[in-house]
Amino acid sequence: MPEIKVTPLGAGQDVGRSCILVSIAGKNVMLDCGMHMGYNDDRRFPDFSYITQNGRLTDFLDCVIISHFHLDHCGALPYFSEMVGYDGPIYMTHPTKAICPILLEDYRKITVDKKGETNFFTSQMIKDCMKKVVAVHLHQTVQVDEELEIKAYYAGHVLGAAMFQIKVGCESVVYTGDYNMTPDRHLGAAWIDKCRPDLLISESTYATTIRDSKRCRERDFLKKVHETVERGGKVLIPVFALGRAQELCILLETFWERMNLKAPIYFSTGLTEKANHYYKLFITWTNQKIRKTFVQRNMFEFKHIKAFDRAFADNPGPMVVFATPGMLHAGQSLQIFRKWAGNEKNMVIMPGYCVQGTVGHKILSGQRKLEMEGRQMLEVKMQVEYMSFSAHADAKGIMQLIRQAEPRNVLLVHGEAKKMEFLKQKIEQEFHVSCFMPANGETTTILTNPCIPVDISLGLLKRETAIGPLPDAKKPKLMHGTLLMKDNSFRLVSPEQALKELGLAEHQLRFTCRVHIQDPRKEHETVLRVYNHLKGILKDYSVQHLPDGSITVESILIQATAHSEDQGTKVLLVSWTYQDEELGSYLTSLLKKGLPQSTP
Amino acid sequence: MLDCGLDMTSTLNFLPLPLVQSPRLSKLPGWVLKDGSTFLDKELKECSGHVFVDSVPEFCLPETELLDLSTVDVILISNYHCMMALPYITEYTGFTGTVYATEPTVQIGRLLMEELVNSIERVPKAQSASMWKNKEVQRLLPAPLKDAVEVSMWRKCYTMPEVNAALSKIQLVGYSQKIELFGAVQVTPLSSGYALGSSNWIIQSHYEKVSYVSGSSLLTTHPQPMDQASLKNSDVLILTGLTQIPTANPDGMVGEFCSNLAMTVRNGGNVLVPCYPSGVIYDLLECLYQYIDSAGLSNVPFYFISPVANSSLEFSQIFAEWLCHNKQTKVYLPEPPFPHAELIQTNKLKHYPSIHGDFSNDFKQPCVVFTGHPSLRFGDVVHFMELWGKSSLNTVIFTEPDFSYLDALAPYQPLAMKCVYCPIDTRLNFIQVSKLLKEVQPLHVVCPEQYTQPPPTQSHRTDLMIDCQPPAMSYRRAEVLTLPYKRRYEKIEIMPDLADSLVPLEIKPGISLATVSAVLHTKDNKHVLQLPPKPPQPPASKKRKRVSDDVPECKSLKPLLSGSIPVDQFVQTLEKHGFSDVKVEDTAKGHIVLLQEAETLIQLEEDSTHIICDNDEPLRVKLRDLVLKFLQKF
Repeated sequence: MPEIKVTPLGAGQDVGRSCILVSIAGKNVMLDCGMHMGYNDDRRFPDFSYITQNGRLTDFLDCVIISHFHLDHCGALPYFSEMVGYDGPIYMTHPTKAICPILLEDYRKITVDKKGETNFFTSQMIKDCMKKVVAVHLHQTVQVDEELEIKAYYAGHVLGAAMFQIKVGCESVVYTGDYNMTPDRHLGAAWIDKCRPDLLISESTYATTIRDSKRCRERDFLKKVHETVERGGKVLIPVFALGRAQELCILLETFWERMNLKAPIYFSTGLTEKANHYYKLFITWTNQKIRKTFVQRNMFEFKHIKAFDRAFADNPGPMVVFATPGMLHAGQSLQIFRKWAGNEKNMVIMPGYCVQGTVGHKILSGQRKLEMEGRQMLEVKMQVEYMSFSAHADAKGIMQLIRQAEPRNVLLVHGEAKKMEFLKQKIEQEFHVSCFMPANGETTTILTNPCIPVDISLGLLKRETAIGPLPDAKKPKLMHGTLLMKDNSFRLVSPEQALKELGLAEHQLRFTCRVHIQDPRKEHETVLRVYNHLKGILKDYSVQHLPDGSITVESILIQATAHSEDQGTKVLLVSWTYQDEELGSYLTSLLKKGLPQSTP
Repeated sequence: MLDCGLDMTSTLNFLPLPLVQSPRLSKLPGWVLKDGSTFLDKELKECSGHVFVDSVPEFCLPETELLDLSTVDVILISNYHCMMALPYITEYTGFTGTVYATEPTVQIGRLLMEELVNSIERVPKAQSASMWKNKEVQRLLPAPLKDAVEVSMWRKCYTMPEVNAALSKIQLVGYSQKIELFGAVQVTPLSSGYALGSSNWIIQSHYEKVSYVSGSSLLTTHPQPMDQASLKNSDVLILTGLTQIPTANPDGMVGEFCSNLAMTVRNGGNVLVPCYPSGVIYDLLECLYQYIDSAGLSNVPFYFISPVANSSLEFSQIFAEWLCHNKQTKVYLPEPPFPHAELIQTNKLKHYPSIHGDFSNDFKQPCVVFTGHPSLRFGDVVHFMELWGKSSLNTVIFTEPDFSYLDALAPYQPLAMKCVYCPIDTRLNFIQVSKLLKEVQPLHVVCPEQYTQPPPTQSHRTDLMIDCQPPAMSYRRAEVLTLPYKRRYEKIEIMPDLADSLVPLEIKPGISLATVSAVLHTKDNKHVLQLPPKPPQPPASKKRKRVSDDVPECKSLKPLLSGSIPVDQFVQTLEKHGFSDVKVEDTAKGHIVLLQEAETLIQLEEDSTHIICDNDEPLRVKLRDLVLKFLQKF
């Protein structure tokens, strides 16, 4: 029985270093190649040695697919392709291809230049790795090889994020990457057609959450920022350079404009300007409203938001600062946090999910005394707020996607085990499909039951669809054909054609039955009575009385002769071929019962 | 339906629509028939020996009489020039199907339509001439009006609401996206290399493949290169939209364009470039970007005037995925893919919605103006022709190949300004066509009639026609062409449980067969075979039924039989089954087996068996089954 095998190397009952191996109909595909924000040792990358013990990765993997540019989905890519060694194709969308190398370079700089790590990938490796990338359009069917095809669907989440369908023959898998089922201020909602995959691999970050309406969250966010600024406090919003940052910038920009606020808003790192450029150039990937109005007013040209300088952090008075990275695990956001943490007037708003082990995660779980590098203790007095702005589908969204795609099985990744367990039960109850949640390194096997495609001769197909007095589209039709199997080619043809092709003659099997009837009348009168009798019963059949005195029912022939000894008995010869067996047999038994009493 | 373009050359028969009152045009004399009758002098005006209709320009629509357009399911658009008739089709013919096009095609197509509507609607014309269209009257007119075809079908321009309604019926698609149509065929757009989002289309079923190649280019300009590989293995390749100027080399023309432009400006003259708001203009601006500094033109203002100028320039920058590789790489940096962004930033290129408003304040001469419409019959270009036509210092440079430049200029004669004809048409020429056909090797080529013979004006140039083997099949207006292809097979799916139930039998080495009796389900043109349902068990308490209830309901099909029956073995089998009085007689063709007691005889021949018996059903069935044991079923 054909099967699909799935093994997460990362993101199995966990969030971080997404990396999932899929084997489908003899093809091996790696989905995402991410790093883990919570680790700084070997565990930050997936364990690629699992894939093959001593063979080359290029020989084993048919392709690698990257769903979006977040580092937990692509951060290990240069390590994987250049240091472990992979030369096959890597697929991602155009915006991902554009932005991914910048984030990788950023990541490399923090790791190597700031933390002083050696044995990490180099800038050149990032460039070499990106040369192996093939950019794909949305909905384009990419033929990886003769059998394997992939197709990208819009996933929302961040600019260029995509879900991918992987298809071999009539078996298919859909991998969602990270997605968002509700449109936000800059991106649209994820969408997929009813493609009925054998397996849907879905993220489940918010497996148990059902978020309140976006509007409420936005109002809450603005209120908190506004209040803090009003009382002279500073607001720190740790973000990743691309994604939520743009959404929140649009939000604050319009709010500042409307309320005529004067407190400065800053955006840290040089990436901002560039990031906004990407949004301008890839505006076709944003939501409907922004696309429609971009000629008149480009939403990514901000008036109130200015570039941040390190020195500004010590300026007196209120301000709002967007700083990277988003989980407070390193870089500028962490520096500013350390500066402002001691003042209760200030506020830090975490707009997204924080991985375990990061400072962001610690303060969100209520820790107020943090041990920083060099055993320094940091007391957190500033207000800590969490607002889920990260663009992941919530439980409702995940269910909605399952309803859209109608998969035969579901597999959850990119979430916490406990929450997954809950969602798994819900999915199995509601959709009556199997749902899996393998841990890292654990293989899930799904049996598929693919149909077998064969070639049918048009002659046979048309004959079968035309049969019957009134073709009824809804009524299933019984068809009979011969399947010829020759070197892997399967052809369904009419029996006649099969005989002809094989050079065989048909063997005719014919039956002739003598049926005795008591009828003193003349032969031709008997025949007429038989004719009328049959005509009356066999309404759906063609019954004919031929000039030579015989009767046909379809291709069955009935002739009458007088009995040689008994003139009062007539002998009916009913003759039919094996193909008319049913009708012939029926006719003889019908005639054997005799003719009805004649009515004058 | 493949494409729906609009024939705009019909507008050449009309007088230009001036933006401001033109004394010259309004003073043109009315046309008088040879016999002196003047009843047409309000409708027709004469200018330098040519006669023009003084009315709102009208367009020649695609043929709509031949077929009922409400029966068209799908329209495939190949590029934004080929969709200009869409509002006429979608809004007035009962068409209810879907239109497929790429996103750039739709966005830029919208711009072209918007410009068209705008330039005609902003100059309302009181008069609408129709008398000249009368067949009796038209006969009396001078050429080319006399020979204009189907003038009664010419239509005025559509309106913006109609454009919006038409465009709302378009479904956006991406290159290499497979789109299922009713489960019967799959269509796929491929990059054609001619314009932003321009596509060729593949229309295929499981066994047949038709390629529609329309408006393709092998030159490297701004769009994504043409996808040739996917056109391979076509049964039929429909080829159209070749270059209109097969003798002109686009690169040479661009060079000529630049040098003529520079010369005019240096001499203190103005340059007018009648153009569409998208397409070649991007390439021209890019050439000028590289050229102006070296040619000492840095201080010359370039104006781009069109109601959609701004949108066109903005849109060109956001279709990174549809651009050639070089331009894509720029976007990754991220920088705008087209250098006209820089021209605008440095104020070298300025764009205006029209000559009114800001433009009149900024206008400085000498200058270069890009504006539409290339037919010179409407749009801001009319104004500049009137303004600059009288001075020989000025030059008008024609770059769009769609209109004959002499015809375009006719209503402006006599003209002092210089006219330069540099048609830039990047579409396939005949050398490229034969290279392409060699590469993709279609079984049959289908093309418009005019491509199968040299151009009428250059009948000796046999190189200016399609040359392929077998010879291309040609079509012409209002003719039905049958494609030389017979369909033989289709795909059908066998459900796994049915497949399990099949019993294959090796009939010859390497060839196996299995008889299949199954239920055929057909839905959305997809065929699936399933296990036939088990016959329902007869209900336990059987009511007395009418005779006719027993009539076999549908003809259950019996397989064909093949093989022959060896008489000795057959007799042995009969004896084994209790027939003791078997007697065999030889005949010319075989044998007769007699069962004396049962008064039954069985004729055995090479390819037939005939069982003749009394009406003893159990006996007959028993004999039947014994015979069947010796035969193969098909």
